[in-house]
Amino acid sequence: MGLTGLEIYKQLPKKNCGECGHPTCLAFAMSLANGKANLEACPYVSEEAREALDSAAAPPIAKIIVGRDENAYELGDETELFRHDRKFYHETAVALELKDTLSKEELENCLQKIKGLKFTRVGLEYKVQFIAVKNETDEVDVFAKTVEYVAGKTKLPLVLLSENPAAMEQALKIAGKDKPLIYAANEENFEKMTALAQENDCPLAVKAEGLGELAELVEKITKAGHKQLVLDPGSRSISRAIADFTQIRRLAIKKKFRPFGYPIISFCTETDPLAEINQAVAYISKYASIVVLKTLEKEHLLPLLTWRQNLYTDPQVPIRVEEKLNEIGEVNENSPVYVTTNFSLTYYSVEGEVGASRIPSYIISVDTDGLSVLTAYADGKFEADKIAKVIKKVGVEEKVKHRNIVIPGGVAVLKGKLEEESGWNVLVGPREASGIPSYAKSKFA
Amino acid sequence: MKLQVLKEKYRAKVQELVLGATKEEGGTRSCTVTVGGDSCLPFHHFEGEVPNRPVVAMEVTDIKPNWNPKLLKNFEDVFEKPGEWARKNVENFGADLIYLKFDGADPEGEDRSVEDCVETLQEVLQAVGVPLIVSGCGNEEKDNKLMEAIAEAASGENLLIGNAEQDNYKTITAACMVHKHSIIAKSPLDINICKQLNILISEMNLPLNKIVIDPSIGGLGYGIEYAYSIMERSRLGALQGDKMLSMPIICTVGYEAWRTKEANVSEDEFPEWGTQEERGVLWEAVTASAMLQAGAHILVMRHPKAVELTKRNIDQLMQPFSYE
Ligand code: SF4
Repeated sequence: MGLTGLEIYKQLPKKNCGECGHPTCLAFAMSLANGKANLEACPYVSEEAREALDSAAAPPIAKIIVGRDENAYELGDETELFRHDRKFYHETAVALELKDTLSKEELENCLQKIKGLKFTRVGLEYKVQFIAVKNETDEVDVFAKTVEYVAGKTKLPLVLLSENPAAMEQALKIAGKDKPLIYAANEENFEKMTALAQENDCPLAVKAEGLGELAELVEKITKAGHKQLVLDPGSRSISRAIADFTQIRRLAIKKKFRPFGYPIISFCTETDPLAEINQAVAYISKYASIVVLKTLEKEHLLPLLTWRQNLYTDPQVPIRVEEKLNEIGEVNENSPVYVTTNFSLTYYSVEGEVGASRIPSYIISVDTDGLSVLTAYADGKFEADKIAKVIKKVGVEEKVKHRNIVIPGGVAVLKGKLEEESGWNVLVGPREASGIPSYAKSKFA
Repeated sequence: MKLQVLKEKYRAKVQELVLGATKEEGGTRSCTVTVGGDSCLPFHHFEGEVPNRPVVAMEVTDIKPNWNPKLLKNFEDVFEKPGEWARKNVENFGADLIYLKFDGADPEGEDRSVEDCVETLQEVLQAVGVPLIVSGCGNEEKDNKLMEAIAEAASGENLLIGNAEQDNYKTITAACMVHKHSIIAKSPLDINICKQLNILISEMNLPLNKIVIDPSIGGLGYGIEYAYSIMERSRLGALQGDKMLSMPIICTVGYEAWRTKEANVSEDEFPEWGTQEERGVLWEAVTASAMLQAGAHILVMRHPKAVELTKRNIDQLMQPFSYE
């Protein structure tokens, strides 16, 4: 969220000398506000003005990076309270908790499960981001050993959960180079924890009981010179978490309250894994940048990761695929031809089912500006004349010798007109893509 | 440090709406259910009032539904007896309301007569004491006839009757007016149509606190985020004083969740998605909890376990919290 031209203008020298290439300071300020000029162009800005402008132009919520290189994951850098105002940018990281009370075999088992937590859905990959190792035993050596074991077996960045600086120090000797998130500095340990975070150049979570205490502690730590922070206001119930997280986000964005200009970490407390997922849904919806949870099961994480993906999509631009003739499998001149829209969700639902029919086929994805079948139809973007044109355009008539095309059952009304316009024989398919395999078997096998 | 928290003070509230009527009020319900009345964003107890908890209505259909067998097995003993099914939903599964859907009335399907449907309604009214929501088969002509008959047969019960849509609202609105019921105004994910329809209905003199908005949600993974944002926007509109967006919201969670592939497909077919049973339950529960965050007041649901999870979620969301 940038400054307005007038806000910037107040900080400029007001000489109107034109050396910046703009006739007046005000014109220069307007260009700056639009991102079309660089402050460096004015030789006369004072040091204070530069600092004031830099910090005011800084994003309201800092971007914090956990992990290194290809596994680095960005948190924060959000600008909105509501996704409909623009969008949410950095998907909440899902961190799975492993305790240092686990035996080697148990850890191995868990890590194996975590490896399997990758889902391909509608052309996207859904993943979990971090492993959170918890110093449940409060033993320095046990924690270090567990961290060593986990770090050796995974590429996922770690969150180190221990409020004991001695344990953290040992753990960082092993894992510090990979930029784990240190959790946490509190009122008692913050000097040591801050020093550790600085030495290792790692992000540091700050934990306090309540918003006032949190702001105070953050200020002490930033004064000491560490600015890669993550916030934990200590909320462990859903209703208080919604309040606290909303306050943090609001104060950061609307008031530019610097101590709250960092991403938030949240912890699920429910012991039943299904209830835990529901708790995580509230946290993800209400501004958490990290959610720590315990279940490792696919059937629990897929719904949660789907919700995260949905929430973080761009509300203005639906995810779409290209308009073209898609080949599914080893097609030949007898392969069936299906037609659908170019809304990514729609296209991949159909592609998945056509693939599952095990009959090599063509799918034409008509450009409907990324709208689903019925939405596009209702909006006049999936109509007979248009589909007929796309049939010609994508060259399917040179690829197959038959002239049969399957349309979605939801738009059966298009049949007559499409036959007229295209000269093809139109078959009305099932309403839901899931009906395609059995439909294909009865028609084309 | 004493921190100055930032509280939003809004000018207006969501309408408060009562469903059902007891004997004293001209009906036969043993209790009524009140929804809405919020003077803040969902569950912002720290800056406004959330006087009524969101409620769960469990679905009952007049004919055996073609649901996933894993879902249907919870109702094995009752799905051909709507009354007993409704009672089981209330007594065993904690339904706050019953949502009775007349799928069997569809002329393209079983084409059950209006009289038969009214009989089913009576059966359910007698079986349970909670208020009822009723909804038709989707065929406009048939639904208009059916809802007129239902409104009359249950005169005074203060049902919630659906669905009024932009090009078909007059008959149902009139029936609700005459027989003192509330109405579901359904719009296709469009805040302007939603508003327009509320205007049209209230121009027929149905009071604003007799209308519930159905924004047409998508299921988790199937367009839910569009509904999420439209609901957030309409809540903000209501709080800023837009009367025509100020009604409580109903979401058909179970219907949308259970027609997704992810809720239904077996583990054998998709080993990478895990077991079907808990995945299906969570598909519905997560759809519900996301809609709660966006401001839903009435959730229409199916799976008992998903209902249990949602009610637990609501308990937690309703815990008071303030910065004073
Ligand atoms: S160079 Fe600086 S002082 Fe001169 S007009 Fe530009 S902004 Fe003003």
